[in-house]
Amino acid sequence: MSIFLNKDSKVIVQGITGGEGTKHTALMLKAGTNIVGGVNARRAGQTVEHVDADGNDVTLNVYGTVEEAMKETGANVSVMFVPPKFAKDAALEAIEAEIELLVVITEGIPVQDTAEFFAASQANTNSDGKPKTRIIGPNCPGIITPEASLAGIIPANITGSGPIGLVSKSGTLTYQMMHELSGIGISTAIGIGGDPIIGTTHIDALEAFENDPETKAIIMIGEIGGDAEERAAEYIKDNVSKPVVGYIAGFTAPEGKTMGHAGAIVSGSSGTAAAKKEALEAAGVQVGQTPTEAAEKMRKIMESL
Amino acid sequence: MDLYEYQARDLFEAHGVPVLAGIVAETPEEAKAAAEKLGGVTVVKAQVKIGGRGKAGGVKVAKNADEAYEYAKEILGMDIKGHTVHQVMIAEGADIKEEYYFSMLLDRANRSYLAMASVEGGMDIEQLAEERPEDLARVEVSPTTGLNREVADKIVAEAKFAPELQSDIAEVLVKLGEVFKEEDATLVEVNPLVLTGEGKLIALDGKVSVDDNAAFRQPEHANFVDERTENPLEAKAEAKDLNYVKLEGNVGVIGNGAGLVMSTLDVVAYAGENHGNVKPANFLDIGGGADAQVMADGLDVILGDPEVKSVFVNVFGGITACDQVANGIVQALDILGDSATKPLVVRLDGNKVEEGRSILAEANHPLVTIAATMDEGADKAAELANK
Repeated sequence: MSIFLNKDSKVIVQGITGGEGTKHTALMLKAGTNIVGGVNARRAGQTVEHVDADGNDVTLNVYGTVEEAMKETGANVSVMFVPPKFAKDAALEAIEAEIELLVVITEGIPVQDTAEFFAASQANTNSDGKPKTRIIGPNCPGIITPEASLAGIIPANITGSGPIGLVSKSGTLTYQMMHELSGIGISTAIGIGGDPIIGTTHIDALEAFENDPETKAIIMIGEIGGDAEERAAEYIKDNVSKPVVGYIAGFTAPEGKTMGHAGAIVSGSSGTAAAKKEALEAAGVQVGQTPTEAAEKMRKIMESL
Repeated sequence: MDLYEYQARDLFEAHGVPVLAGIVAETPEEAKAAAEKLGGVTVVKAQVKIGGRGKAGGVKVAKNADEAYEYAKEILGMDIKGHTVHQVMIAEGADIKEEYYFSMLLDRANRSYLAMASVEGGMDIEQLAEERPEDLARVEVSPTTGLNREVADKIVAEAKFAPELQSDIAEVLVKLGEVFKEEDATLVEVNPLVLTGEGKLIALDGKVSVDDNAAFRQPEHANFVDERTENPLEAKAEAKDLNYVKLEGNVGVIGNGAGLVMSTLDVVAYAGENHGNVKPANFLDIGGGADAQVMADGLDVILGDPEVKSVFVNVFGGITACDQVANGIVQALDILGDSATKPLVVRLDGNKVEEGRSILAEANHPLVTIAATMDEGADKAAELANK
């Protein structure tokens, strides 16, 4: 099992003909992802050639719209490699086509554009009141269920499948942590992105991991800015029975400076790493002072389970 | 990017929000000329991107142009909470009858926009929110509709503005909503929004932050950058498209990915506790494609910081291959030649780590030490910086 993505997921790539799209389509196929096509309005009707995980040639159709791609292929996941300028329209197109999962890799999207397409995704709901489209990102590395499927740019060879669920705002810290825990393995790792507004949150991932029978423990990586980690701590206190280990980056970040990620900023006294760590610890989460120490705490937990 | 008050004022004016005349001055002479042009009573206001300037003596009412000259002389060059005053705005005086508050901002938690308004303006809004939250109306503004007239009417009603003023205030709020939308702002705040003796509404003081990610469609926002307040190393890094933040410390840090670099800074600071409390000197994220030129540019900026005594290069090769990074480091040291004088601790891990480490080992550069882990590398770099 896993969350949000599994070996049956049928994936299309928006921007499949671009540089990043081409490179990562190849890597996703190599990781075993069932990629069924791509989208680029200007290249509709063309095909692209790739090689799958078994070394077989794959010919993928390029469709003019997400809607058409879904109709022709039955795709339920889209990974977006579209430049910031065109990202809002591409995301709205996928949302209107009611794709189940939209992974927005693009970095540098104006936050008002993200706010608009996120609002659009929330407005179109199933009968149970849940939005038809789940968005991961933007400005994220995507999601991987090792040995099953990869929707994004996470290196597939760091670790195999295992019992730990991982959710993180940061890409390379996700990789670092997967590497630290490679002896145990990951059920699903999800990079939710470092922008001020993101689709899937820590809480969404925690809820899904709590409900995933294969996930035995959860590691959650946060960073300065906003109060998502504090809210996640509140959520954990009341709703998560599985052990959670935390790690927060940015203790040394000065106030008022954006640290790489657009959302990583301490404003006044809010958004500090210390406050996040404190909130998580108050919720019973073991917080590591370094990624290595967090991984060590997780190993101890797994030994005791 | 946070804007100065006068820049916010200019944006307000451009979008039809009522403001008073204001002229920016960089010398007392310019201030005097501005006060003469405006005539009558003027206000000399320090232009700094920090609150509390009134209390710090950065805002003075001048009865005439000579007083404006004297006050400008006093305020220019003043230090307000670490911010040097390079400019003052000479603003028209206002006959203030009442003061209100309004803001619209990005609501990260709800992934939406939030508008706040109060009939009690002029004071510290965080204090008001804490002491009397019932006097601060909070209304969600949908990113789909923006702050339209319907939302504005709701805000003024919830904030309990006097009925006869509600329509006029709502009209101003719609225009402020336009500023938010059309300027790609993440914050538009007016404090105070005043009602004058003649019954006119004026945005007397404004604060605006704009989204750097929207620079591609807001080319004129580049004019808001104030190079005088930029750190020279940050400016140099920016010119080379590097994501760099100057900090106070002695261990230069280079890494890939914002989260990993933030984490590296923390790990260096912890390691520093055992080595004379040395601290990280900077944040520098070289991103995914760490080729030789990017590495050389990064090292060049970091080694240009006289505070730096050692450098910690911490790379986890995800998509990036460590052999490319290692080659980048070796070539960067070649490019820099004699200007590279400080010891480098390099930790590589992930994709093609063995190849990367052997490239460094073979190059055997006298300045380079290889570390096996992030914690070990941080410890070594802190130790070298403390020598």
